[in-house]
Amino acid sequence: MTSLNEEVFPEQASDIPVRTVTITVNGEKRSANVEPRLLLAHLLRQGFKMTGTHTGCDTTNCGACTVLFDGKPIKSCTMLAVQADGHDVMTIEGLASASELHPIQEGFKDEHGLQCGFCTPGMMLTAKALLDVNPNPTEDEIRWALSGNLCRCTGYQNIVKSVLWAAVKLRGQAAN
Amino acid sequence: MYPSRFRYEAPRSLEEAIELLRLGGGEAKVLAGGQSLVPMLKLRFASPEMVVDINNIAGLDYHRVDPDGTIRIGALCRHADLENSAILHAHQPTMAAAAPVIADPIVRNRGTLVGSLCHADPQGDWASVMIALGGSIIAQGPNGRRSIPVADFVKGPFQNVLAFDELAIEAVVPAPKGVVNGGYLKLERRVGDFATVGVAIALESSSGVIIRAGIGLTGVGGTTINAIEAAKALIGGPLTAESIANAGDLAAQGAQPRTDHRGSATYKRHIVRTFVVRILDGVVESMERAA
Ligand SMILES: Cc1cc2nc3c(=O)[nH]c(=O)nc-3n(C[C@H](O)[C@H](O)[C@H](O)COP(=O)(O)OP(=O)(O)OC[C@H]3O[C@@H](n4cnc5c(N)ncnc54)[C@H](O)[C@@H]3O)c2cc1C
Ligand code: FES
Ligand code: FES
Repeated sequence: MTSLNEEVFPEQASDIPVRTVTITVNGEKRSANVEPRLLLAHLLRQGFKMTGTHTGCDTTNCGACTVLFDGKPIKSCTMLAVQADGHDVMTIEGLASASELHPIQEGFKDEHGLQCGFCTPGMMLTAKALLDVNPNPTEDEIRWALSGNLCRCTGYQNIVKSVLWAAVKLRGQAAN
Repeated sequence: MYPSRFRYEAPRSLEEAIELLRLGGGEAKVLAGGQSLVPMLKLRFASPEMVVDINNIAGLDYHRVDPDGTIRIGALCRHADLENSAILHAHQPTMAAAAPVIADPIVRNRGTLVGSLCHADPQGDWASVMIALGGSIIAQGPNGRRSIPVADFVKGPFQNVLAFDELAIEAVVPAPKGVVNGGYLKLERRVGDFATVGVAIALESSSGVIIRAGIGLTGVGGTTINAIEAAKALIGGPLTAESIANAGDLAAQGAQPRTDHRGSATYKRHIVRTFVVRILDGVVESMERAA
């Protein structure tokens, strides 16, 4: 079991009891002892060493920290780690298999959907949640779904194209 | 940026939650969607001794319409549930128009309508909607339940009238007595921004005559504005070009905007008038279509 408190909060813990949380991260059960005030983004990054989840603004605005919580996009900088106890979390590390890119990742590669890549994990996970419920979205629907994820580089056009590309590929896979 | 230390409790029943709030003696905070509270904890604008997370209490995530037409929204009904709601699309146009313009899609997956009313942010969209609709909040405490009109619920910016051991469990929109119409328009600088100006209008009519009207204004005062004069002026007649223009003027007069980074006071007043007229013109169109 990972024990995190010292690492994330170097000060000695107070009289507030540490809590044990068990979260299914990318299909694998992980446990940790955490202080209630620890944010999910920090548990993932510092605790589980999964640094694919980025923290950009840390003020609930940019969506770089987006993970899928029971399948739905949430901002992990705005959820306490203790709240995820017993829940299912998917991070960008869970998207690809060891040998193959996920079609969404392929789409971003083919259509130049990233430049610096900082927003990309959040963009891809939000796109995944959209394509899970709407396999054939219009450009408008993609823009609407991604409107909580900010990108400072691309101007969004290529991100939208990347998601359209992935949608086509995923529909093809589903048909086969 | 970290919150200061607090004890965390995740009760499984309302009774347990209320008992924890009672024990907290005013030093406990309820956590619903967390989309306002967690940012405040991180900035240490709030540093409660205890956080009572109500997300594990079953049976609060509903929204439904009773046989008599009363709409009920449970404390864990998320903005996204309301955005995708067939019930609102069929029964409540003002709420249906507001849900998709609150915050951004990711925040809407967590934030709740009831939490938004409790947060009492003068920039909050649901408060104007609920004021326009004449809605109320059901609060539960150690001594039972009480109903509080939303118009009386807010004491001031970020302050509501709940006792420290009371939980808001439901928001209620009263059953309409006539044909329901209305809308919500919001001017925002970009997706996810709070309103520069928001206007909520809720109408009930009978044979084309307005029998009830409510107008709530977002972002143009120290609290949500109840534009009573403008609403009153609509009652008793049909919607005409004159009555619509008059309501727009009265609502603009009722607004108390301040010049800030989102725009000048004059500009915001102008937007209030424009939005009132635009929503009411839309209502006229939909009434003509229905006739
Ligand atoms: C980036 C961003 C943009 C936003 N944009 C908008 C916007 O455009 N318009 C808008 O209206 N809002 C906006 N919000 C706020 C959002 O709608 C929040 O969801 C809402 O204000 C609070 O709801 P919540 O469920 O998240 O409450 P929480 O954050 O959990 O709680 C807020 C407050 O209410 C109290 N509370 C919550 N539920 C209860 C209850 N059942 N009983 C008693 N007390 C309770 C809490 O103790 C706390 O003090 C935005 C938020 C963010 C982060
Ligand atoms: S880091 Fe969480 S929203 Fe920006
Ligand atoms: S690619 Fe740089 S922020 Fe989006």
